[in-house]
Amino acid sequence: MTAQQADSSAAHDAPPALQEHFEATIARDQRIEPRDWMPEGYRKTLIRQVAQHAHSEIIGMQPEGEWITRAPSLRRKAILFAKVQDEAGHGLYLYSAAETLGADRADLTERLIEGRQKYSSIFNYPTLSFADVGVIGWFVDGAAICNQVPLCRSSYGPYARAMVRICKEESFHQRQGYELLMTMMRGTDAQREMVQDAVNRWWWPSLMMFGPPDDASPNSRQSMAWKIKRHSNDELRQRFVDMTVPQAEKLGVTLPDPDLTWNEERGHHDFGTPDWDELMRVIKGDGPCNSQRIQRRRTAHEEGAWVREAAVAHAAKQAARAEKGTAA
Amino acid sequence: MSDDHVYMSLAEGHDDGDARWAFGTGFEDPLHGISTAVPDAVDRGELAATCLELADDALVTAQRLAEWTTRAPELEEEVALANIGLDFLGQARLLYARCGQVDGSQRGEDAYAYFRDADDFRSVRLAELPNGDFAFSMARLLVFAAWRLAHFEQLATHADPVLAAIAAKGVKEMTYHRQYAAEWVVRLGDGTDKSHRRMQAGLDQVTAHLGELFAAHDARTAVLAVLRQVTEAAGLTLPDVPPTPVGHGREGDHTAHLAPLLAELQSVARAHPEATW
Repeated sequence: MTAQQADSSAAHDAPPALQEHFEATIARDQRIEPRDWMPEGYRKTLIRQVAQHAHSEIIGMQPEGEWITRAPSLRRKAILFAKVQDEAGHGLYLYSAAETLGADRADLTERLIEGRQKYSSIFNYPTLSFADVGVIGWFVDGAAICNQVPLCRSSYGPYARAMVRICKEESFHQRQGYELLMTMMRGTDAQREMVQDAVNRWWWPSLMMFGPPDDASPNSRQSMAWKIKRHSNDELRQRFVDMTVPQAEKLGVTLPDPDLTWNEERGHHDFGTPDWDELMRVIKGDGPCNSQRIQRRRTAHEEGAWVREAAVAHAAKQAARAEKGTAA
Repeated sequence: MSDDHVYMSLAEGHDDGDARWAFGTGFEDPLHGISTAVPDAVDRGELAATCLELADDALVTAQRLAEWTTRAPELEEEVALANIGLDFLGQARLLYARCGQVDGSQRGEDAYAYFRDADDFRSVRLAELPNGDFAFSMARLLVFAAWRLAHFEQLATHADPVLAAIAAKGVKEMTYHRQYAAEWVVRLGDGTDKSHRRMQAGLDQVTAHLGELFAAHDARTAVLAVLRQVTEAAGLTLPDVPPTPVGHGREGDHTAHLAPLLAELQSVARAHPEATW
């Protein structure tokens, strides 16, 4: 069932006054809160989006996390360690936001490791050198900010509030990534080559982070009508390109797109078409690192099961002992 | 409020420093602005040796904690273990920087971390052992934090004001590390049969190294008091402390685990010795 179908069936059953109140709240640009009535389709769409976002934060720890133990200076090690920790924190907020909609973190984690829920396709690409850490900060966090800043005004309150804090941290990460690249570009020839190579590999996958083109994005229209989403995929992609081109010039790297030019008439950059077939392959599970990413998450989850079970058992014993103490 | 406005405000430069971010992400010289003077009463050689030993312990511990990243049993533990790892990394940086000021070499922190080999490291063997399971890691953290905390409490009144200040900062951090580890040892010891077995095994492996710790710094009374309290609450058996150390990491006599740990830590830095990061 699509989100739209879900909505129309739920709307059909809902008391008209509740439906009208919901529509009016959205129309006035006010927030929907967990206690408010909402159409089932709205709830399901949000759970799907917030869970995917949470999964992306958690899977997104892996490509960069692999470099914490190898970071080439203690300062870079601290920066990267703290960044990956922030991503775990973002995942936690977002799973909590999903739980306000009636979802359960353990269930969402099961869905992730069974491949029933997605995460951002970008994290299925490998990190081949330390320059990738900087380029991920610059491109991937930059693209995430373009995607997420409008979500600070999302109609669902807990999601919007989580996004405010997350966006602030992402913007800090983006500046740190860019600063690493600036430092590397001032360094040795080998470092400059590493940066250009990383830019070449991450540019197109970063453009794909905004999702398929608008005319091929079935869920976008309803999400925009509900003000869960505020801008179309293509609008956000354009914004990212326009923002990144002058940064690339300042850095002294070439973006790997021969069609990239300033279009005076549009007031925007024209750019080439990403390989949408590649995006579809990666989304469907055939990216370079899909199975490795899910396997790592599955292993951590399964190997941690006895620890979580022990914590639950201990809490139950504590409660029983406290009750016994009170009764005695 | 337009999105562009929000974006611009996020992307513009911030002058508020990095105070709200993790310690150590915002500076290049950990002791920038701090007097490099050493009081006359302090033996520079001894001070440098102490700083180096404690820095090596902290760096190796931070590296092992970093290995838990994306492998922890729960997201809350991802966050907590990273916090603790960042604290130790911060301690290592401050201590290396002080060492470079007092040993006459004027080396920076990265020279110590990236350009010394395993037999030059003075870290204790306990720190370099592989992470094992979560029970072993928590037993090690409990013992290590309790031992190091006792040492730092003493160093907080050291005649060198810089080491004293580093130690005072570390005392606050390690009081939390000890608490975090103790809570997990109790949960796992008391939890299920399986967790109890694993926790006891982890504790047995870790206590076998107490001899080395006490030879390096005799905090026997403080550490054993903590261990007795925690094992009693957890329903675990505290093994006897072996009379002789299993080895002396402080003399550069390490297990086979340190060299590969350092090879990974140093790989990028050594591949690009002329580079700046």
